[in-house]
Amino acid sequence: MSTSILEARNITKRFGGLTANEDVNLLLAGEAGQVVSVIGPNGAGKSTLFKMLSGFLKPSSGSVLLYGQEITGMAPHRIARLGLVRTFQETTIFPDLTAMEHVSLAHQLHRQANDLEVVLRMPRARADEAALSASAAEILELMELSPVADVAARHLPQGYLRLLGIGMGLATRPRVLLLDEPYAGLNPEETNRAVMITRKIANSGISVLLVEHDMKAVMAISDFIHVLYFGKKIAEGTPEEIRNNPKVIEAYLGQEDKELGL
Amino acid sequence: MNSLKKRDIYVSFSVLAIMLVLPLFIGQSRYLLSVLMNCAGLSVIALGVWLIFSIGRGYIGQAGFALIGGYTTGILLTRYNLSYWVVLPLSALSAAFFGALIGSFILKLRGIYFSMLTISLTEAIRLAFLNGGSFTQGSKGITGLPQPFSGDSPLPMYYLGLALLAFALLLIWRVHYSRVGRIFRAMRLNEDLAESFGTDVWRYRVMAFAIACGLGGLGGSYFTVFIQSVYPQSFTVEHSIYYMLYCFLGGLEYVSGAIVGAFVLTILFELLREFQQYQTLIYGVLMISVILLLPNGLMALGSSKSEGSKKALPPIGGADTTPGKADAKPMIGRSS
Repeated sequence: MSTSILEARNITKRFGGLTANEDVNLLLAGEAGQVVSVIGPNGAGKSTLFKMLSGFLKPSSGSVLLYGQEITGMAPHRIARLGLVRTFQETTIFPDLTAMEHVSLAHQLHRQANDLEVVLRMPRARADEAALSASAAEILELMELSPVADVAARHLPQGYLRLLGIGMGLATRPRVLLLDEPYAGLNPEETNRAVMITRKIANSGISVLLVEHDMKAVMAISDFIHVLYFGKKIAEGTPEEIRNNPKVIEAYLGQEDKELGL
Repeated sequence: MNSLKKRDIYVSFSVLAIMLVLPLFIGQSRYLLSVLMNCAGLSVIALGVWLIFSIGRGYIGQAGFALIGGYTTGILLTRYNLSYWVVLPLSALSAAFFGALIGSFILKLRGIYFSMLTISLTEAIRLAFLNGGSFTQGSKGITGLPQPFSGDSPLPMYYLGLALLAFALLLIWRVHYSRVGRIFRAMRLNEDLAESFGTDVWRYRVMAFAIACGLGGLGGSYFTVFIQSVYPQSFTVEHSIYYMLYCFLGGLEYVSGAIVGAFVLTILFELLREFQQYQTLIYGVLMISVILLLPNGLMALGSSKSEGSKKALPPIGGADTTPGKADAKPMIGRSS
């Protein structure tokens, strides 16, 4: 049996009388660098699942394991430290900071100097700044954002901001990256570019788990797909299997075939 | 370096430089010097409040921690005969300690809940000192404190105030314009996002709160030796609100905003002394007007908001890029 990278065991989340996730199992195992997607119609509980995996919500029951280690209910910053990092749809954290500064800021986990050294601008803090800017430049290069490195975030179009958000996630040097609807609101050309970049990230050995609505992109990028419907998992498999799964087709009934990529 | 930081530097240095040389011109006028000492002490306290605003919390409890600093000074000076140079840092540290302790519980709250809790905190701390028995001497307060400087000249006390102001300014400056300050701003704008890239937001919040309360204690200690006494009503909810108003008036985007606010309002009210009884009323009206008319404070006056937007975006990939929502700022009526 191959190694388990990220695993959700029977996790359930209830908000009062509403069950957002019921007994969901999810396994990301084997080679690092796969792209796994979670799909499902609106309200299927994808975001809730996502938040439980990354520690922003505590499951009502069940457990989450990262490389075999139990991380259920751990604070998000500690989970990030263990190598599981999520990105957000909204990416601008400081409209006046440049793309470069955003990514450099997200290197928080990898600076050597402590806060006192930073405030007093001791040699170690200055060495950090130099090393982290170099690393940030590399990430911007990967995200194809180098040309806008010095542009303030408030002047960047949506497509760039989305990539910037992923870049900030990369700055933590994760082992597993959770992407929250990375292609939502992008035009086809931007989506293509983002999909290629996602593949590049995975090829560098980072496992990617994404929640996404854009079926075409999901079918193109995923190695494995999990389908949620009304809080329960109804199917899992390769894109080919999902495409031909009658349950999935039923769940999406009423939607345009084209939209599904069927 | 951007224009915001430049403006911040100019104003900060100007205030410090003017205070440094002013005694040469106004001589030994006790009255004028005491007004400026007031300004300096209030600025130190308000800088702490400003820092809490920079992490995204509306903080109206600073008077409580000034009171802790004041009482630490009063008790240590009268009962243990320690030198003021030992007592002053101890006062800041004790306020910072209690700040960290209380902060680690209450900083989970956000928005109006945090603000309201800090108002009650000011009152709770005042009541604690009022009912402290012989330890705090209740409503009689602690009086007859020794002066730290011998001699009759007010100048040493004046320059102590200036030194404390310079220290507080430097501290907040270093914090704000470093990586730590960026984390604070990131927390204000999106705490979840900051946490997602591994920031222990709880730790940074408590750290900011400890620094803020420490400055409150420092200023409280200064006022206590300045007027040689401290009472439970030396620092009350009303003062907490004034400190917040200084920050609003000066501007929350600039470190020097808190100082500008403190100086402008304090000096203004010295000039309008006959209206002193209406001070609270005028402050209230002023607060509403500032929020409505000057949301970015006095420091932002005359700065062009659209600066840098003319920088063309280098094209990459697709030519048709949808503009981000942040770019949607209207620029009508500004064409020159």
